[in-house]
Amino acid sequence: MNFDRIRDKLNILADAAKYDVSCASSGSNRTNSNKGLGNASKMGICHTYTADGRCVSLLKILLTNHCIFDCAYCVTRKSNDVPRAAFKVQEVVDLTINFYRRNYIEGLFLSSGIFKSADHTMERLVAVAKKLREEENFNGYIHLKSIPGASDELMYEAGLYADRLSVNIEVPTISGLKLLAPDKKHEDFTKPMEKVKNEIVRYKSERKIIKSTPKYAPAGQSTQMIVGASGESDKDIMYSATYYYKKYHMKRVYYSGYVPVTQDSRLPSIGSEVPMLRENRLYQTDWLLRFYGFSIGEILNKQHPNLDMDVDPKLSWALRNLHYFPVDVNTADKRLLARIPGIGMQSVSKIIKARKFRKLNWDHLKKIGVALNRAQYFMVCESRDWERRDLDADKIKGMILKNSKGKFRNQYSTQLSLFN
Amino acid sequence: MNTSTTLVYDGSFNGFLTAVFVAFDEKINVADIQKNNQTQSGLFSDSETVFTHVEKAKRVWNGIRNKSNNAISSVYFAFLSETEGVEMMLYSYIQKLMRTKNGKYLDYSDPTVLHIAQLAKKVGREKHRMEAFVRFQLTKDDIYFANIEPDFDVLPLISKHFRDRYADQKWLIYDVKRKYGIYYNLDHVEMVSLNLKDIHHNKTIKSDAFTTEEYEYQTLWNNYFKSTNIASRINPKLHTQHVPKRYWKYLSEKKEAV
Ligand code: SF4
Repeated sequence: MNFDRIRDKLNILADAAKYDVSCASSGSNRTNSNKGLGNASKMGICHTYTADGRCVSLLKILLTNHCIFDCAYCVTRKSNDVPRAAFKVQEVVDLTINFYRRNYIEGLFLSSGIFKSADHTMERLVAVAKKLREEENFNGYIHLKSIPGASDELMYEAGLYADRLSVNIEVPTISGLKLLAPDKKHEDFTKPMEKVKNEIVRYKSERKIIKSTPKYAPAGQSTQMIVGASGESDKDIMYSATYYYKKYHMKRVYYSGYVPVTQDSRLPSIGSEVPMLRENRLYQTDWLLRFYGFSIGEILNKQHPNLDMDVDPKLSWALRNLHYFPVDVNTADKRLLARIPGIGMQSVSKIIKARKFRKLNWDHLKKIGVALNRAQYFMVCESRDWERRDLDADKIKGMILKNSKGKFRNQYSTQLSLFN
Repeated sequence: MNTSTTLVYDGSFNGFLTAVFVAFDEKINVADIQKNNQTQSGLFSDSETVFTHVEKAKRVWNGIRNKSNNAISSVYFAFLSETEGVEMMLYSYIQKLMRTKNGKYLDYSDPTVLHIAQLAKKVGREKHRMEAFVRFQLTKDDIYFANIEPDFDVLPLISKHFRDRYADQKWLIYDVKRKYGIYYNLDHVEMVSLNLKDIHHNKTIKSDAFTTEEYEYQTLWNNYFKSTNIASRINPKLHTQHVPKRYWKYLSEKKEAV
């Protein structure tokens, strides 16, 4: 192995891959039963953290940053003047194995620019995964990014070797896609997703009958959307996300605050701030939809196309729907408890267990871990004190904000201008 | 007056469990349970040396496990915290546990229970971190070698994880602080005690114990780590919260920072 050349390539091809945020290594369970190398644990492990605090668990690289397309938001786009490089299949295999053996990583996240054609590129990605599994006996995690427009046959093969597959739709609206990624069509994304979804369903049902059926993309599919590049509303983003969750059984949709990488009149200019707070709010919303029983229309709709930046989406919803409150924690059902701001799902199940023994008061709730600063205005418990009195939404919001020092408070002032 | 006795054991977990067995079996009024290399004689208590007896230890282990799976792991984890006086705390925890009728002994309003749970949690976190932060270096003898220096004695807890993961390579993880290691010889894991002259943290000077290729991969990883950084998102506070500085000297990606 020529290490100098590999180092140059790695610098270029890791740098270009870092904007993809969908890099979790969890959700698969490939056990090391062949006395080979590695296993993918359900939990996943972060082996280190980037300087911005994000988990590093996979070797995340592009196979090449040559690309025949010209998507405006992408560093790798054809018209961008950057050094180009390409890995050989064997080089990626060697890097993965050697990093894995030293316990640096949980596995590989492999993506690529499109060289020659979608299928030509996809074929190589599949070849890497196949080599790792069949020649190296590798049981670690493999995430392949599917190339938009790749054929059904290749998608099928990819799922046999990878734990997870993803196609990043990047732009949440079809009109935005036309504007920013003129070479791509909407079907280029949805066709591979559809194929993978169908295969996952098929393999699962076969496995029920024949135990030895191999695994097919056991960690499912994911996709990513860029936030803040094409002027879309939070509603556009979250309605798209909901659609992909439902229609293609996505395991995760990731939201990635746009980092300006090229000068382009269609996009925020270089140096614009990355909308991290907005990104965070979208993840919170995603969470509410998947685990808290909210429907999208309750949080984002015609009247409220964008999320509040100063309060989290659950609190924001509660302030708009004061008629649901106060909720009595000692009698309310699970669904309602979960809607009280400041009460997370963990607290919900603790409350339900604890109230079998005694009626809960403020003290109990505090011990359980309820954020009373927010919750107190929306609930009653075994106590005479009830904080809401006859406050209206604005007053409640004011009092909560006055007493909170959320993790984004400091950024709020500088972020504000971005969202007005 | 009932005299009390200090039980002295060899420092091993089995030794501790044997002491618990002896105390229960002989209805001893226990003053303290101490490791034999740090015994302090109590003024008003006799001391009695307990010899580790695996069968007796096993009976205590099973007794606790039959009450609660949660409790047995709490006991083991808390023991490995090496906290001073943890033995007596565990002894009283086990006494309480044995007295309860139903196995789910989880009354966290009891200070002993709470304390043991907290210790176990800390040790659990360290275990998890070591699974993440071990960095193997390939020696010329074809053994993947790593130094660690954990706050708690977690080698026994991470052995299975590494055995499952690296079934096809020889590896040795050495605890610098406690001067012993676990070695996997492609068949099973054994405990080894070594007295290492050189502690291989991530100095920039190369040691000839390792292959030259080894340093190439370290450089690649170090470079990779740097290129994952997105400058406009940098957050040093969050970073050190996730990767506390005390671990840096064994992390190849942190080479220059040490
Ligand atoms: S096709 Fe992919 S790699 Fe190529 S420019 Fe578009 S987003 Fe970038």
